[in-house]
Amino acid sequence: MEIKTKDLLGIENLSRREINIILDTAETMREISERAIRKVPYLRGKTVVNLFFEASTRTLASFSLAEKRLSADSINLSSSSSSVLKGETLLDTVRNLEAMKIDFVVIRHSMAGAPHFIAKRLKASVINAGDGTHEHPTQALLDLLSLKERLGSIEGRKVLIVGDVMHSRVARSNIWALKKMGAEVSLCAPPTLMPYKIENMGVEVFIDIDEAIEEKDVIYVLRIQKERQKGGLLPSLREYIELYCITPERLKRAKKDVVIMHPGPINRGIELDPRVADGEHSIILEQVTNGVAVRMAILYLLSGGKSGEVAEE
Amino acid sequence: MTTKEKGTVLDDVQIKRALTRISHEILERNKGAKDLVLIGIRNRGDILAGRIQAHIEDIEGEKLPLGVLDITLYRDDFTSIDYLPQIGKTEIPFNVSGKIVILVDDVLYTGRTVRAALDEIIDFGRPREIQLAVLIDRGHRELPIRPDYVGKNVPTSDNELVEVKIKEVDGEDRVVLRQVEVKDGD
Repeated sequence: MEIKTKDLLGIENLSRREINIILDTAETMREISERAIRKVPYLRGKTVVNLFFEASTRTLASFSLAEKRLSADSINLSSSSSSVLKGETLLDTVRNLEAMKIDFVVIRHSMAGAPHFIAKRLKASVINAGDGTHEHPTQALLDLLSLKERLGSIEGRKVLIVGDVMHSRVARSNIWALKKMGAEVSLCAPPTLMPYKIENMGVEVFIDIDEAIEEKDVIYVLRIQKERQKGGLLPSLREYIELYCITPERLKRAKKDVVIMHPGPINRGIELDPRVADGEHSIILEQVTNGVAVRMAILYLLSGGKSGEVAEE
Repeated sequence: MTTKEKGTVLDDVQIKRALTRISHEILERNKGAKDLVLIGIRNRGDILAGRIQAHIEDIEGEKLPLGVLDITLYRDDFTSIDYLPQIGKTEIPFNVSGKIVILVDDVLYTGRTVRAALDEIIDFGRPREIQLAVLIDRGHRELPIRPDYVGKNVPTSDNELVEVKIKEVDGEDRVVLRQVEVKDGD
């Protein structure tokens, strides 16, 4: 009953067994948030630094709540208020933090591989909260937990991921996660937002959303990342809405009990029609609830035992 | 660590008698079943609590609310164990405030599990009272905790183990005393 690593850096290197351990642990953690006193003493005296070099509401709040519900002490640092502005390197920043005796670093960074870089150099456990366009493992895990809760099992389910796959770390983590759990994954995006040779990840690729939607159990809608759209990959948002927005009319072609997911924050009316986002098919808020439980489970599992060995992947 | 069986402490009939007696004692001391709730500690205390629930229903005609507690996240020995225990679900589907909680476990030993359980129950509300029922009290307390209801007192030494086997988990109802054999290099 252990995760054999010091860190959670991505889904790619997790086994199906490890994913199941995380999901089972998260299921038991969910109940703690329903208690009169929503706190257990497990991580008393442990210190967590949430180091966020990119904007975040959900993920930061979710990690902070998970840490508090396990009784850890935590501090939040963001690039806009830290010495990064004065030119301090990432490595110097985290080495200084470690000199103050910390146990976990939760890091979000715009560069892919930043968590891996510091994980190799720190004794503290490192949790990837999103690195560039690479991975967002806790998001994929909370998505799996939400799907399991709604559908019972993930094996054999047909999942369509729609939108800005090119810039999406959520898409990459979810493709690995869903495929490890036995789901059939397809992608749908404008050709300019579909990474070259993405089908090598074992996914089916669609351009036409109305064709892609048919027979799917789950439609996972990605956010159009306006902050990463500098290269003219989309002619206009209006065209994207016309061709890809998930509307109630489009949904008529899908299965009757199709599940709608979105990692947030939603651009209402761009990738997702508000009537669908708030409709009966949506489990978007369940995803947020499960986020806290999954992050509690990760903190629990990475804290394991006295050995505290640095396991090489 | 290897262990050798030294003998049977209780057989299935004796376990049943002990639980029947404890059920009567609970009702006698609390003058009926009013405001009583049962909470069993995983794994096995929860099953014993379920049996006490059934006995009390037979005697008094009232089915007490039953909860299950997993104390993993309240343990005090995380810095000294080298494996991570699997967490089970805690399910307390009722409000404990103002109730008399009968806390049930299989073996009372150092008292540390009960300490963790008391802390956890109090995070769910403020019971009027918490009473402790155990199938076996084997002594060696490290905390000022004592049981209110005991199936059997079994004086033991530190290199003995008391193993409670329950049909639902282990295939048979039996309490076994085991000797720990210390080998060179252990």
